[in-house]
Amino acid sequence: MIGCRRDFLKLTGVFGALATIGVLSLEEALAQQAAWNKAAFETKSLNDTIKALGGAGVTQSADIAINAPDIAENGAVVPVGVASKIPNTQAVYILVEKNPNSLAAGFRIPAGTEPNVTTRIKMGQTSNVHAVIKAGDKFFIATKEVKVTLGGCGG
Amino acid sequence: MADPMRIRATAQPDGVEVRVLMSHEMETGQRRDGSGNLVPAHFIQTVTVTHSGKTVLSADWGPAVAKNPYMQFKFQGGKKGDELTVTWVDSKGETRTDKAIIN
Repeated sequence: MIGCRRDFLKLTGVFGALATIGVLSLEEALAQQAAWNKAAFETKSLNDTIKALGGAGVTQSADIAINAPDIAENGAVVPVGVASKIPNTQAVYILVEKNPNSLAAGFRIPAGTEPNVTTRIKMGQTSNVHAVIKAGDKFFIATKEVKVTLGGCGG
Repeated sequence: MADPMRIRATAQPDGVEVRVLMSHEMETGQRRDGSGNLVPAHFIQTVTVTHSGKTVLSADWGPAVAKNPYMQFKFQGGKKGDELTVTWVDSKGETRTDKAIIN
């Protein structure tokens, strides 16, 4: 399992974390880490990201609202809200087309929670922001271009 | 390491609105420090919010979520006085849990 230095460091980090404030047991923290969809966060193109998320393709939808500035002055902190009117919305994904890796964040929406989430993301440059909704087996998408005056990847 | 999360949960007629501000570097792994070395990636990967033992939101994040992440959402079924629990686990396996009372 320790295939490379990075994995080894991760494990020692976890053992170090036993001493930190945390209610999760070691097993639970490791399980959450293992459940994190690493592949989906390493894809670059929209199509590859959708595939990594389990979709075969996306359909444009007018029932997804993206609330983001037309021009973001600081690419390191861009507020993005996504609201879906698609029935049975189970997950909301925020993708930034021109970031080094496309997927910024995903939110799983259980029954009883509104499919409407807001967060803040980093954008390296002016780019399309895609909101992808998973409802049942289908994936839907809406897109908004956000202009960025100062890129947010720390370069 | 991290400061406590700031959690505001407000019961409204159509649900409980939750706003969370976390304290975390969310390092992308692409930034270079003063000496030109790459600062290793270190970012929150998963966030779970529970109410009465039930998960009301779970999130998977990458390093493109902004530093000191902010999150806002709304769920039904909570009422004033109930407790909400927010937990995050980051890419180093570090974790933090904070609770708040819905008001």
